[in-house]
Amino acid sequence: MIEIRDLHKKFGKNRVLQGINLKFDKPGITAILGPNGSGKTTLIKSILGMVIPNEGMIKVYDKNIKSQWKYRKRVNYLPQIANFPNNLKLSELLAMIRNLRQLPAHDEDPLIELFELQPFLNKKLGHLSGGTRQKVNLVLTFMSEGDMLILDEPTTGLDPVSLVRLKELILKEKAKGKTILISSHIMSFVDEMADEVVFLLEGKIYFHGSVKALKEQSEETDLERAIANILSSNHA
Amino acid sequence: MLKILKYSFYDLIRSRWSYVYLIFYAMLGTVLLFLNNDLSKAIITLMNVVTVLIPLIGTIFGIMYYYDSREFTELLLAQPIKRSSIFLGQYLGVAISLSASLLIGLGIPFIIYGIFTSPAIWDFSLLLVVGVFLTFIFTALSFNIGLRNENKIKGFGYAILLWLFMAVIFDGLLLISLVYFDEYPLDKFSLIATTLNPIDLSRILILLKLDISALLGYTGAVFQKFFGTSSGMIISLAVLIVWVVTPMYFIYRKALRKDF
Amino acid sequence: MIIFRNFLEVNFAKIYTAFVLCGLIISPSYAQSLEVCSNCAFDNIQEAIEAATPGSTIKVRNGIYRENNLLIEKSLHLVGEELAEIDVENQGYGIVVKSDNVTISGLKISNVGQSYTDDYASIYITRSNHFKVSNNVLKEATFGVLVEKSHYGLIENNTISSTKTEEASAGNGIHLWHSSNVEIRKNEVFNLRDGIYFEFVDDSKVIDNYSHDNLRYGLHFMFSNRDEYHYNTFTENGAGVAVMFSKFISMSHNKFFRNWGTASYGILLKEIYDAKIFQNTLEENTIGIQVEGSTRINYKNNDFIQNGWAIKVRGACYTNNFEANNFLNNSFDISYNSKLNDNKFSGNYWSNYSGYDLDKNGVGDVPYRPVKLFSYVVNETPETIILLRSLFISIIDFSEKVSPVFTPDNLLDEQPLMKRVGHD
Repeated sequence: MIEIRDLHKKFGKNRVLQGINLKFDKPGITAILGPNGSGKTTLIKSILGMVIPNEGMIKVYDKNIKSQWKYRKRVNYLPQIANFPNNLKLSELLAMIRNLRQLPAHDEDPLIELFELQPFLNKKLGHLSGGTRQKVNLVLTFMSEGDMLILDEPTTGLDPVSLVRLKELILKEKAKGKTILISSHIMSFVDEMADEVVFLLEGKIYFHGSVKALKEQSEETDLERAIANILSSNHA
Repeated sequence: MLKILKYSFYDLIRSRWSYVYLIFYAMLGTVLLFLNNDLSKAIITLMNVVTVLIPLIGTIFGIMYYYDSREFTELLLAQPIKRSSIFLGQYLGVAISLSASLLIGLGIPFIIYGIFTSPAIWDFSLLLVVGVFLTFIFTALSFNIGLRNENKIKGFGYAILLWLFMAVIFDGLLLISLVYFDEYPLDKFSLIATTLNPIDLSRILILLKLDISALLGYTGAVFQKFFGTSSGMIISLAVLIVWVVTPMYFIYRKALRKDF
Repeated sequence: MIIFRNFLEVNFAKIYTAFVLCGLIISPSYAQSLEVCSNCAFDNIQEAIEAATPGSTIKVRNGIYRENNLLIEKSLHLVGEELAEIDVENQGYGIVVKSDNVTISGLKISNVGQSYTDDYASIYITRSNHFKVSNNVLKEATFGVLVEKSHYGLIENNTISSTKTEEASAGNGIHLWHSSNVEIRKNEVFNLRDGIYFEFVDDSKVIDNYSHDNLRYGLHFMFSNRDEYHYNTFTENGAGVAVMFSKFISMSHNKFFRNWGTASYGILLKEIYDAKIFQNTLEENTIGIQVEGSTRINYKNNDFIQNGWAIKVRGACYTNNFEANNFLNNSFDISYNSKLNDNKFSGNYWSNYSGYDLDKNGVGDVPYRPVKLFSYVVNETPETIILLRSLFISIIDFSEKVSPVFTPDNLLDEQPLMKRVGHD
C-alpha cells in the first residue's frame, strides 16, 4: 500500500531523512517512533506530498505520488498542530471539508456527538481552546471514509475521556482492515495500540518490526524502557 | 481552485481587517468629497493616495494573510486538492476581497455624491481599475515573499522594503539618473524604467488622464508617440497585466516545490 | 477707455453715413439691381460687375461660376443666393476689392490659387474703406479674407477653412495689415495657418469667433494697439493665441481649449504693455499663459483649469498683477525663471492649496507658494516629467516648501482664497 525507496530529504544543511526504505503492505497499526528531530513528521509529510523529497520515490497504492493529489482522497491525515482559519465557524469548516472531499451531509454527526462538540458548532474556530481544537482535528480526520489513516501525535491535549474514545475509534478503523500509521511520544499508547513499530534515529530506520520483537531485542518488557535502552546504548 | 477561493474569500470578508480597510476607504472618499466639495479635485487627491496606499495595503495584507493561514494551508495540503489551486485560490481570495473593499469603500461615497451624472466618471473608473491592478500585483508579490521566507519577521521586513523601494526609492534613483545623464536622450530610458515599476506604471495611466497637457509639452518623439496616441494607454495596461501574471506564475512554480 | 470707445463708434457711424450719402450724390445714375444666372441677362459675374453702376446690387443666383480675379473698383453689393459658388480653380484670387463701400455676402468661394510669391485670397480688400463681408463660405482658401490698408469694415458670420497641412503653403483665415476700426464677428476659421492675423491693426474688435485646428495660432497680434477681443473660443490650435509687440489690448471672456504641444499655450504675451486679461477660461493647454517681457498686465477672474503649466513667466516682466483668478488642478501652477520683480500674486484661489482658515475670513492663514521645486527640475531635465505626482517628488516639493532654496522665496500668494472665485 505504501512503498518508500531510498528517501532523502534535507532542509538547508540539515539532513533530516537519509535513505529511508519502508514497505507497509498489511493492514494494521504501525507506530512511528523516534526522538525529537528524528524525521517522523517529515516522513509522514513526505507520504502526504506536503514535503517534496530530494531523492527517492514514494508509491502509494502502487502509484508514484510525485505531483499527484487524487490519492489523498484515500488517505485521512491528522496533522500535529490543530490550527484552522480563525474566522470560520466550526459548522462551516466541516461543510468545507465535506465539500472538498465530496462527502454527503451529516456524515460527521456521530463524531460530533462522540467528542461532544455540538455546543461549538456555531462558534468561530479562533475562539476554541487547544483541546477542543484537537477534537475538531480528529473529527476532520475521521469524518471521511478513506483506506488509510495517518495520525501525527493524535493524543496531544486530549482529556482522558476523549483519549479512550480516540482509541476506540482507531481500533474500529483497524477492524475495517485499514492501514494506520501513528507517530507518538506516548509509549503506553503505542504499546497498547501498535502491531508494528518503525524506530527512526537521525534520519535512518533503526528498527522496523513488531512490538514484541523490539522488546525481545532490547530484553525489556516495557516499551518505554526498551526505547530508552536503545537510545542509551546507541549513544554509548 | 474556486472552492479554495470561495473559502478564503469568506474567511477574509469576515475578518475585521476587511472592514477596517473598507471603512478607511469609505471615510477617505467621504472626507475628500465633502471637504473639497469638488469631484474632480477629490479624484485627483485620491489618485495620489491610491498609487501609494493600495500597494502598501496589498503588500501588508497579503503577507499577513499568508502567514496567518499557514495552518489552514497545511490542512488543505492533506486534502485531495492540487497544490497550485490552494495557493492561487488563497491569493485570489485575498486580492478579490481587497479589491471588493476598495470598490465598495470608494464606490459608496462617490455614488452618493453623484458620480454617475458627472463627466469625472471616467477618471473615477480609471482610478478603480488602477487600484484593482495594484492590489492584484502587490498581493501576488507579497505571497511570493511569504512562500520564500518561513520567518515571519523577515517576511514582513522584506514586504515593507519592497513597498518602500517601489513607492519611493525607485523614483528617487530614476530622478537622480535622469538628472545625472542629462545630456543623453533619455525618453526611451525613462519610459522603460517606468515599466519596471508597477506603481510608476499606474501613475502614468493616471497622468495620461490628468496631466496630458503637461506631458505633451515635452519634445521627444518617443514621448509624443507614447502620450499623444492611445499607445500609451494600451502599453501601460498590457504591462500591468504582465505584472499580475508574472508573480502569479512564480506563486504557482514555488507552490509545486515548497515543503510544509 | 469706455468713453473713448463710444466716441469711436459714434464717429464711425457718422463717417459711414457721410460716405453713403456722397456715393448716392456722385453716382451718375441711381442704384440698379442686376441678376446673374445661366439664363439671366448676365451669365457670369465679371460682366455684371463691369456693367453695374456704382451702388448697384448684383444678385448671384444659385449655381457654380468658374471665374477668378473678379475685380471690383466701384461701390457694389455682391449678394449670393443660396451660397452660389465661385470656383476659382486655383487661378489666383477670388474677388479683389479696390473701392470703398463694397458688400460681399452669401457667396461660396472655393479653390483659391496657391503661390509662394503672391498671397492669394478668396476675398482681397485693398485700400478700401467701409467694406462688409458677411455670411460667406470660403472653402479651400489660401488666405480667406485679406485686408490691406483698409479701414472701417465688418467681417461677420463667415466660415473659412482649408485642408492644408503645412504652414508654408497655408495662409491665414482673416488677415489684416495696416488697417483700423475693423470688427470681426461670429466667424468660424479652421485648418489654416493663423485663424485670425493682425499686423499694424489698431482700434479693432474680434468678438465671438471660433478659431480651431489651425496650424499655427488661433489668433495672432503683431504691432497692433488698442484692440479688443472678447467671447472667442480657441481650440486645438498649434499654439493658441499670440499677442506680440502690442499695447492696450483688452482680452476677456475668451475660451482656450486643448492647445497641446511643445511650447504650445493658450495665450502668448510677448513684449506687450498695458493689457487687460479678464474672465477668460484656459483649460487643458500645455501652457495656459506664457508671459515674456511684458509689463503692466492685469489678470483678473480667469479660470486656469487642468493646464500643464497655468502660467509661465519668462524674462523681464514688470507689474503683472494676478488677482482673483482660479487655478484649478493644473499640473504646475506657476513656472518662473527670473526674479519676482514687482509682479504680484494675490487673492487667487489655488486648488493645490492645503492651508487652513482658522479665523474664517475666507482667506487662508498661511501663504501659498505656487512655484514647485519640481517645476525647476522639469525645466532642466524635461524627461523627469514622467515622475510627476510620485511620492518622491511630493517629498522633495514638501521639503522645498518648508525651506525654499531653489524657488524665489518671496513668490507667494499672501492671501490665498479658500473658495473658488465666483464670477459671471
